[in-house]
Amino acid sequence: MSDAPDILIVGAGIVGAACAAECARAGLKVLVLERGPIGGGVTGAGMGHLVVMDDSAAQFALTSYSRRLWRELAPQLPAEVEYDPCGTMWVAVDDEEMAEVRRKERFYQERGVRVEVLDGSGLAQAEPNLRPGLAGGLRVTEDGVLYPPCAAGFLLNQARAAGAAVRTGVEVRSLLPEGGALLADGTRVAAGLAVNAAGPWSPALTPGLPVRKRKGHLVITDRYPGFVRHQIVELGYLKSAHAVAADSVAFNIQPRKGGQMLIGSSRQFDAEGTEINQPILDRMLRRAFEYLPGLARVSAIRCWAGHRPATPDKLPFIGPSLASEKIWLATGHEGLGITTALGTGRLLAELVLKRGSEIPTEPYLPSRLAKKGAQHD
Amino acid sequence: MTDRVTLSVNGQPVTVPSGTVVAAAVAVAGVAGVRRSLQGERRGPLCGMGVCFECRVTINGRPHCRSCLTLCEEGMEVRTDE
Amino acid sequence: MNNQRHQFEIVVVGAGPAGLAAACVAAEAGRTVAVLDNSPWLGGQIWRGEQARPANAAAQRWLRRLGKSGARVFPNATAFAAPAPRLLLAETPTGVLEITWRKLVLATGARELFVPFPGWTLPGVVGPGGLHALSKAGWPVAGQRVVVAGTGPLLLAVADGLKQHGAQIRVVAEQAPLVKVLRFGLGLWRQPGKLIQGAGVKARLLGVPYRCGCWPVKAEGGDRVRQVTLTDGRRTWTEDCDYLACGFHLVPNVELAALLGCAPRAGVVAVNEFQETSAADIFCAGEPTGVGGADGALVEGEIAGLAATGLAERARPLFGRRAAWHHFRDALNQAFALRAELRQLATADTIVCRCEDVRRGSLAAFDDWRTAKLHTRCGMGACQGRTCGPAAQFLLGWENLSVRPPVFSVSVGALVCAETPSNITTSITAPKPTV
Repeated sequence: MSDAPDILIVGAGIVGAACAAECARAGLKVLVLERGPIGGGVTGAGMGHLVVMDDSAAQFALTSYSRRLWRELAPQLPAEVEYDPCGTMWVAVDDEEMAEVRRKERFYQERGVRVEVLDGSGLAQAEPNLRPGLAGGLRVTEDGVLYPPCAAGFLLNQARAAGAAVRTGVEVRSLLPEGGALLADGTRVAAGLAVNAAGPWSPALTPGLPVRKRKGHLVITDRYPGFVRHQIVELGYLKSAHAVAADSVAFNIQPRKGGQMLIGSSRQFDAEGTEINQPILDRMLRRAFEYLPGLARVSAIRCWAGHRPATPDKLPFIGPSLASEKIWLATGHEGLGITTALGTGRLLAELVLKRGSEIPTEPYLPSRLAKKGAQHD
Repeated sequence: MTDRVTLSVNGQPVTVPSGTVVAAAVAVAGVAGVRRSLQGERRGPLCGMGVCFECRVTINGRPHCRSCLTLCEEGMEVRTDE
Repeated sequence: MNNQRHQFEIVVVGAGPAGLAAACVAAEAGRTVAVLDNSPWLGGQIWRGEQARPANAAAQRWLRRLGKSGARVFPNATAFAAPAPRLLLAETPTGVLEITWRKLVLATGARELFVPFPGWTLPGVVGPGGLHALSKAGWPVAGQRVVVAGTGPLLLAVADGLKQHGAQIRVVAEQAPLVKVLRFGLGLWRQPGKLIQGAGVKARLLGVPYRCGCWPVKAEGGDRVRQVTLTDGRRTWTEDCDYLACGFHLVPNVELAALLGCAPRAGVVAVNEFQETSAADIFCAGEPTGVGGADGALVEGEIAGLAATGLAERARPLFGRRAAWHHFRDALNQAFALRAELRQLATADTIVCRCEDVRRGSLAAFDDWRTAKLHTRCGMGACQGRTCGPAAQFLLGWENLSVRPPVFSVSVGALVCAETPSNITTSITAPKPTV
């Protein structure tokens, strides 16, 4: 049937949008189905950072590759995407963390990522609102931030320009092993293959998929241009926010164009609702005050919570699922979905077209689970 | 207990009756709009009751104070977006 | 920032007529009562300035009564969250009040509805109630030329008030057609008090043109408004002015009620005959139950206060008065319903969301508030959609009440709640003998 798309993508968040753009530009016929607003899921609930992570070789490969793709795309991004290459400042409170700073410096430099180590006074100059007495920091110069729902919108427009179709207000009930999807209204949409890019809801479409909802809180402030100049992250972020098991908070703040600031972050499992959890919010903000005491007097406009899709090994699933060669996955990006969206789209398209890819795809293949018999720890 | 209060608006001294709100003192000082919008448009108070946030000024160094609900105090330093 | 913990049997949010009435009757009955208001004053919007300069006899009576009642007043207290059952948080200039209550009366009033039109964001274009309130708080209007426009009896009250402060009222432009206004005016015979008020106002406004069936089309000026163009649908003309006081009736403030589970529908909180909402032990009185003015608010406040105090049967005699004011309220909302032409005033270039500078044209690409908000950031600014939300609802029919704490912009520090303690230090005034 020449009418059927080659690729059916479920989910018009930033990952689904990036996959759509890449596949459409590669000449594939693409259909995107989304039940809510474009970018209205985890894409709209998160922070929008573009950051290179070093917690594993595979994480580094995907985030640095994808960050490069964002930097290449930057000149084309419209104003509403609010792309800002403000850089990340990893903050060390003591000598132990400064040793970690130095380790990160070596790691990044060996891999060609531009970084700069600052001592206590250098840090204070770079970020005057940080409390005095911090040991120093690592500036990752080419990291940045953007506004994810509009980035998803932009990528979908790119996809449309390359011939993709996008239908919103459409709910998918299940993915078909022979290719395509069964919609909630009972109709079937045939396709060469379907891609599950449904983020936190991807297990509903791929039963047994070990993607768990991890709840995170955020606060956005009024405009305080220059209050912070970089995205600031505590070094404990990796220890706590990326620790897999317990409820945790870690300090993270992001400046937006216009001067509003996004304050995070928190991680909880088994918290299904999106209502504000006051004890977690308290812990998150108290942690933030330990770094930016002046934040307590800043005006807050809104608080919200959203779920991120977390996998057992903190790496996303990109590639054919275990269930069927015609059901693919592009999900499980947890807190790095914005950063790694472009890389994910590229890798997915290359896998579909059986072309070579710039970085190895093995670490992200869903088939890695079958080998490991992995579970959430 | 004085009847009049002197404060400064953008560095200029202004004296008003006590019980005057900061937004009114800014008007007395002859400043037409108190803030600039995101795209740089001049804005002034709209609702007069603390709901619209268009009347925001910086008071004693603290930004985003709603001037329609803030009473003038002796020695206050008010700055508007210029 | 310090947090202060308090415990009261009855907490009233809002110190306008409804709140004052509820607080008075509850405190007089011997309950411990707190009244919170987010402004420095008592009196709400309609009785703004009465503490400084008495002008309204009813306002003065209620303020005196509150002063003697024993109710504790917390001015400059903005209620913003309810993180645990029976716990209300309010931010003040010095910290956060953590107030535990047994019964809660929401008397949060209403705000003006603003319909966007070209030039409405110029400095000097202010709500009518807003300009009146500001003038009572020292805003200089003497000798200033004011065009009052929009809709509702409020326009005349404002014109009167501004004139008393020395303003030159050029015209009062009421969008409702003359025939509807006349019918409403004739209906005032049911409410003698209103009629007398009306006559006095009319006398003072002699010489001020009151034009029905006309509305503003655009405001113009450089750094501030200099002139406004009005139309009656056929003829168009321009008035020079220093201020344009323009508002299109009122929008109930139901955000706190929504946060507390009172489930407002169509922007109004549903209550039973005792002013009880669907949320346990929470009452609502005045504008949030339906915009109808101070007199209705007073009766509703009294009923809510009596019911909250456990004296519900004493409220029954007030039901008749309330019913009469509800007639007035319904007639009011009918007479001053907004005409369709007002939806066409905004051009693609006209700002709809003032906090985020989102123009009407940007909203055209979307079908619903949530998606528009996500992609344009309309409604995501400091006012939390209180200005643009009702405007978008009027222009585009978009439903838009989604409520999360904080329901008001507060400091980040205020969001951190001390844990609810097992023994709360109390601040209860000594109980008075039951009246």
